[in-house]
This record gives sequence, C-alpha cells and structure tokens, in this order.
Amino acid sequence: MDLRKKIKELLPGWLEGPAPEGDVVMSSRIRLARNLQGYPFPHQADGKALETVVEKVKNALKRTTFTLKRLDDMGQSDRLLLVEQYLVSPDLLKNPSHRGVMVNPEQTVAIMLNEEDHMRIQSILPGLALQEAWEEANRTDDLVEAELDYAFTEKAGYLTTCPTNVGTGLRASVMLHLPALQMVGQVKKVLSVLSNVGLSVRGIYGEGTEAAGNLYQISNQVTLGLTEEEIIGKIVSVTKQVMDQERSAREALLGKDSRLQLEDRVHRAYGILSEARLITSEEALKLWDHVLLGVKLGLISGVTVEQVNELFFLIRPAILQHLIGSDLPPHERDYYRAEVIRNHLKTKRG
Amino acid sequence: MWCERCKQRPATVHITQVVNNHKTESHLCVTCAQESGVAPGKELGFLFEPNFSFHNLLTSLMESEFGPQSALSPYQAGIERCSTCGLTFTDFRQIGLLGCGDCYQAFGRFLGPLFRRVHGHISHTGKVPKRTGGKVRIKKEIEELRRKLQEAIAREAYEEAARLRDEIRAKEEKLK
Repeated sequence: MDLRKKIKELLPGWLEGPAPEGDVVMSSRIRLARNLQGYPFPHQADGKALETVVEKVKNALKRTTFTLKRLDDMGQSDRLLLVEQYLVSPDLLKNPSHRGVMVNPEQTVAIMLNEEDHMRIQSILPGLALQEAWEEANRTDDLVEAELDYAFTEKAGYLTTCPTNVGTGLRASVMLHLPALQMVGQVKKVLSVLSNVGLSVRGIYGEGTEAAGNLYQISNQVTLGLTEEEIIGKIVSVTKQVMDQERSAREALLGKDSRLQLEDRVHRAYGILSEARLITSEEALKLWDHVLLGVKLGLISGVTVEQVNELFFLIRPAILQHLIGSDLPPHERDYYRAEVIRNHLKTKRG
Repeated sequence: MWCERCKQRPATVHITQVVNNHKTESHLCVTCAQESGVAPGKELGFLFEPNFSFHNLLTSLMESEFGPQSALSPYQAGIERCSTCGLTFTDFRQIGLLGCGDCYQAFGRFLGPLFRRVHGHISHTGKVPKRTGGKVRIKKEIEELRRKLQEAIAREAYEEAARLRDEIRAKEEKLK
C-alpha cells in the first residue's frame, strides 16, 4: 500500500491550497448556526423530527456536490476521524442517532446536522482567509435557504438554540501559532487585550487537559447587532496586529543574544521528533511546536512547513489508527506514532 | 461591571456559591479569578474550556437578572411556558437553551435584557434570508435608497433624486 496516498486520504482536504500569512495563521473558520422554521431545536426534538430535518437538508442540497455522512452508518473510530479532521465537533458524537454531516468534495465546507442547532454550516481554509471562508459559507447558506424556510425574525435575526449565537449565528475564528511570543513571555499580555474588544481567546488542547503546541484561537463573542462583515473585519484587523507582534518576537529571538539558544531548542526538538521510537501525542505536539518554528525561520532545512503542518494531524489517535489500519492499544500507538513521524520527516519533498 | 478585586478590568468571570442556603456572588476578571484560584489557570493563562461553558455563564447572568432582587418573582417567571414546544422559563434558566423558534416570542420580555448583557445590542443588523425575510429585505433596501436620496438632494442632483424617489415608491408598493 502506498503510504503517501493513504496519508493524503486521511488528511483533511481543506488543508490543501495556499495559506496566506501561513507563518503565523494556521487556519480560518466560519460557522453559521441555522434552524428550520416549524421544528423544535434538536435537544427538544424526538427522533422523527430530527430525521425530518436530516432529510430536508439532504433534499435541499441534492443537486449540489455535497454528500451526507450519517453517524448511525459508521463505527466510533470513523466518527472520531471526522472530529480530528475538524469536520464535526466532539459534541455531535454524544448522541449519534439522527446526526450527520454534509461535506463538499474539497472538505472546505461541512454542514453538521442536529448538533446544538439543526444546521451548523462550517467553512474552513488554511491561513488567514476569513473573508473567503465567509463567502463560501454564505454561498452554501444561500443554497439551503433557496429551498427551506429558516427560523428568523426581523428583530432577533437567525434564531438559535443558545441565545449567545442569536442574530447572525456567526462564529468567526482564526487559529494562530505563537511560539515566539510565548518564549519572550509576552503571549498573555498581547492576548489579554483582546477580551477588552469583545473577542475571546483560548488555547487549543492536546490530548489531555494541558495546552500544547502554542496554538491559540481568536473568535468573536458578540453575534447580535453587528453585520457579518463588521465581525470578520474586527477579527482580521486584530489578527494582523497579533501577527506583527509574533513576527517581531521571532526577529528578536534571532538576534545575537538568543539565536544560539533558539537554534539549540529547535534542533533538539527536531532530533527527538525525527529519531524517537516511542512518543505520546502530547510530547509530539510540544516538539512539533518547536520544529515548526525552526522550519518557518529557516533554521531547520530539508523539511517543508507543509510537511510539519501535516504532522499535526498524523499524530492524533484516530487518524493514526486509520493509517495503521487496526485498533491499537495506547502503548502500541506510541510506537507507531514515532514510526509515522520518522517516515514523514524523512520523505524528501521538493 | 468591573472586577471587584482589582477594580481595573471588566469582570468576565461570575461565580455563584451556595453554602447552607446562603448565596454569595463574586464578579472577577480573568486574571484575578486565576490568581485567587477559582479558575483553572495552568501555565498558559486563559484556558477555561471545556469546564467553563457558555451555558453556565448564561445561567449566572440570568441569576443576576432575574434573581431574588428582581421585581419578578421566580415563581411567576417559572410558569411561563412556550405554547409550541412546551419549554418553561424554569427549564430555560436551568439549561440555557431555548426549545424552538417560538420560544423567542414566548420569553421575549426576558430575552431583551439578556441580549443586551451578552451582546450589547438587541437588534439584528446582519444578513436577511431572501424567503423568510422577504419583507425585511425590502425594508432594508428602502432604508438604503432613502439614505441615497438624502445625499442626492444635498448634492442638488434632482434628476437622480426623482429616480430614487420612484424606486422607493415602487418598493413600498411591494410591502403592501
């Protein structure tokens, strides 16, 4: 079996394509919460109503390239794969019955069915591309809306199950890689400013509860009383400022006082990551963070940023399991994870 | 609302503790919440999720909105029920989720103040669906044309103003 081909199948499709400002911004995501008129919201609905929602949305999109994946029709490991590819949320798996996701062939748009709302339209793209992601989600929303009536009022906008999403139903977010700000001890200070302008920031978790990877997500909290363009504009302009700060921190670290220390740190990480024989996903993520910085700054050669970005997905349990092709107990997982990482880093790419 | 500990940052962490039927409330900023050990800080600072959910936050917001100090007794509020899905206001306060689109109408007078606290606004200004929101869309278009009409008049572009006025009239006809 061609391993490279298998890896390509398991990596989320949206990861392909150019990543603007990709040195700092990992990905951009838009989520629109929508409900159909005349049906109770999922947590109040019985199986029959939930099934009607699935069928209605499926029919509304039958002339498009979207295909429906029902959670009922797949095993738990396939469901977890969808979570790790960022195509569905972990919450959707809590009660798989009458739940599903409609995905386009490029996997850039996914419509979760019967999570907290009837529909959660998500568009995700690499790099800083919030405007493009919004346009794509908006087009998908138009396709559904041409066929179905939404729960909507003039005053409150799109009616959502949780009042924190009402109005636009829009959550726009960017995922940032901020290793240098962390190293110079400025990350907390820079990001704490964001809560004062109505944006929320959180660390992205590894496998346990510890944060790892120096990955942060910025998103809007307010969904009512602002237009979609205003919300997106605010996040983009704030992201650009954080980007500038991270880039200055990287330059500072490359100065003569700290350069040697930085080189030592990224090469040590690279040494372990490319030679270890047993590795947990938590340790892998911590090393991954330093290796990615080293490659971005040109301190580590022979490996591309794309290659390292792909590793972020390959170290995750369900994707790894699919790659190996059998159920693995955790200690064997650590063995195969180390092997997959070694092979992936050694594959020369032009 | 400002943090009651440092009095310098906005309070974004609201904690309600009930000990022997005695309720105490504290309102802190993220930094003070971590320093006083009530929020899980960890090494990277602002990591609240997944233990800190929007629903909990919402419930505590509603506590302060409709709590004992409120003129409306909890009993009165609790028996209000959405006639479409059967959700009571008590249910909503407990789970932080509405049951159907009609709940927004049924609990409208409670939701207004909540929207203001969560979003700082009470009216939607974003996208309007073409089907469900047909009339709203036309109204928004009329507003936009009126704005252009005022501009045209200010510039003394009367031919354009006349054209805009006809357009507005045609759209107003559609609303009838």
